[in-house]
Amino acid sequence: MESKECACKTAAGNGGYVDLIRTFGQTKENLIPALHTIQDKLGYLPGAAMQELSDWLGVPISDVYGTATFYTLFSTEPKGRYVIRLCDSPPCHLEGSKSIKSAIQSAIGVPPGETTEDGDFTFEIVSCLGLCGVAPAIMINDDVYGNLAPEMIGGIIDKYRAKEA
Amino acid sequence: MSFYRAHVLVCNGTPCLLKGSAAVQAALVDEVKRRGLDSEIKVVETGCLGISECGPVMVVYPEGTTYVHVGVADIPEIVEEHLLKGRIVDRLLYREKTASVTRGPVHTRAKEQRIVLKNTGVIDPTSITEYIAVGGYEALGKALTEMRPVDVVETIKASGLKGRGGAAFPAGVKWELTANSCGTDKAIVCNADEGEPGNFKDRLILEGDPHSIIEAMIIAGYAVGAKQGYVYIRGEYQQSVEHLERAIAAAGAYELLGENILGSGFDFDIKVFKGAGAYVCGEETALIESIEGMRGEPRMKPPYPGTSGYLGRPTVINNVETLANVPQIILNGAAWYASIGTEMSKGTKIFSPCGDVLLPGVYEVPFGTTMREVIYEMAGGMKSGLGFKAALIGGPSGIIVGKESLDRSFAFEDLPPGAGALIVMDESRCIVDVIQNCAQFFLHESCGQCVPCREGTKRLHETLSWWAAGAGGPSDLELVKDLGDMMSIACKCGLGQFAVTAFRTSLPLFEAEYRAHVVDRVCPAGVCEMDKCTSEVA
Repeated sequence: MESKECACKTAAGNGGYVDLIRTFGQTKENLIPALHTIQDKLGYLPGAAMQELSDWLGVPISDVYGTATFYTLFSTEPKGRYVIRLCDSPPCHLEGSKSIKSAIQSAIGVPPGETTEDGDFTFEIVSCLGLCGVAPAIMINDDVYGNLAPEMIGGIIDKYRAKEA
Repeated sequence: MSFYRAHVLVCNGTPCLLKGSAAVQAALVDEVKRRGLDSEIKVVETGCLGISECGPVMVVYPEGTTYVHVGVADIPEIVEEHLLKGRIVDRLLYREKTASVTRGPVHTRAKEQRIVLKNTGVIDPTSITEYIAVGGYEALGKALTEMRPVDVVETIKASGLKGRGGAAFPAGVKWELTANSCGTDKAIVCNADEGEPGNFKDRLILEGDPHSIIEAMIIAGYAVGAKQGYVYIRGEYQQSVEHLERAIAAAGAYELLGENILGSGFDFDIKVFKGAGAYVCGEETALIESIEGMRGEPRMKPPYPGTSGYLGRPTVINNVETLANVPQIILNGAAWYASIGTEMSKGTKIFSPCGDVLLPGVYEVPFGTTMREVIYEMAGGMKSGLGFKAALIGGPSGIIVGKESLDRSFAFEDLPPGAGALIVMDESRCIVDVIQNCAQFFLHESCGQCVPCREGTKRLHETLSWWAAGAGGPSDLELVKDLGDMMSIACKCGLGQFAVTAFRTSLPLFEAEYRAHVVDRVCPAGVCEMDKCTSEVA
């Protein structure tokens, strides 16, 4: 946990999460909604924010950390500006998610589970996104792309690169 | 109230959105405005119109003219010709696909019968007035003013409605259990944690007709004596969360939620709870743990949520599709509903065929419809033109059937539909590859709480990965069968209990294919990379 506290001081120490946390009622049922709110604001869940939340809700830090790390949409590490989520559940698998995986990997230069050095992209393989009707599918942050072919990936990634340039 | 001479419905279902329907809609709004028609013509964003393979799709009312493959460049012509001069733009008109497969005509594909989906693609889901105009909240009025809570429960029981999330538990019995439980603090939970791969029906209901869920939950609350409802929506469905929250706010503004609803003295409110990415939370007790702010780990049962659920209160948990049936049953009566379907399976079921079919999508049919009808007449058959090999019904936790089951009927007494996923495989597919992928899914999604599941899913995935890499051994088939027996008995919840079902149901059908992998170490379909180094897999 200590290393995470460190990261938060440098990366998001002024994230303003204290005020955000205070908007929630002090009951345990607000834990997951509050974690969503903090992550929406900061992009991840820094250790110090989880500690603050633990104090505010009166929930042990071990429970806060346990809950935060249980759910795949929560992250205790900083992520890239754009999170690419590739579905590899059976419908997408049948329609060729493997070739999409290689295409993304060669377009951004990192394998699943990693973030590019410039901090632009994080690449994740996830379970069903509920887009089976347009498999294979990916999500980049909240944007949905479906009916994909490997040759379409370069153009999609470039669109996000252009935003950062 | 303003009067419009024409309404243009633009489909904003996911497939159409992907094909640029948002830009088409924006261009249409601009063009209508530019021509000064905005006081006469209303552009409406709507849910899936059911012909998503032709997107972007729009329908012009009152004529009901359907235009397909509409691009931004087509908008000036549609506005000028159709909306201004009243002449249909022939080149964009929807025509039946002339594929080599049999298909029903537009909007009434084969045996399609829309009860749950009757409003999707017909009304603007963001408008409560449109929902009310098509009879929305009438069932609520009827329940609150003409029926006692016990009558509502009896009606749902008599209708024969069963849970649509896969377990098929009679909804009325569930309601009765909670209605008869002590305590005034009870809860209604709508399970919208649609995480089983291959299912995407609940999303369509939530985004295309959110008020039907709200109405059903209020009725359920009245029937069992609950004042608070929760909708647990998976975190990946951001658009569903937004649609539902907007609908709840609108219902509140119309005093259909809150205190003293319709002057009946009954109070009810609904909160949306956004999940955070955990398949196991579709299991009802795990879902309750999650709403309470904890890790989504299933509880021991009994007690069942009906007597002790959210914060120990008696809690009704129903799937989205189950609830969406409720207003129609209250309005039209239990006898009407029970007349649809088969002896033991009443009403309709929504299927979401995907995989190797030509027209993946969401189709609602009465129980008793055969698998062949759904796959060939509605979903257009195999996209590749190859033969049908197998279908994974209900998703990875469901069963695998082969072509000998094509003419069986979907019904709880024949071919159980699970939650409605239909992952279709043509003859080019390898069964080991698919089962290995399912095993990977369960390995990732096991919550890790109970040992049989945590270890079982690990060993299952490991063994199947060996098979798919040419490193299996002849005794492995028995080994995995034993593992499946153990897991189905010892695992705490459905995730582990059904993790090996797809393998076990596919083994007798495709034993030769399995043996080819583990004995001869060849993949007959040529899908698995059998020469992969064994050490890499282990």
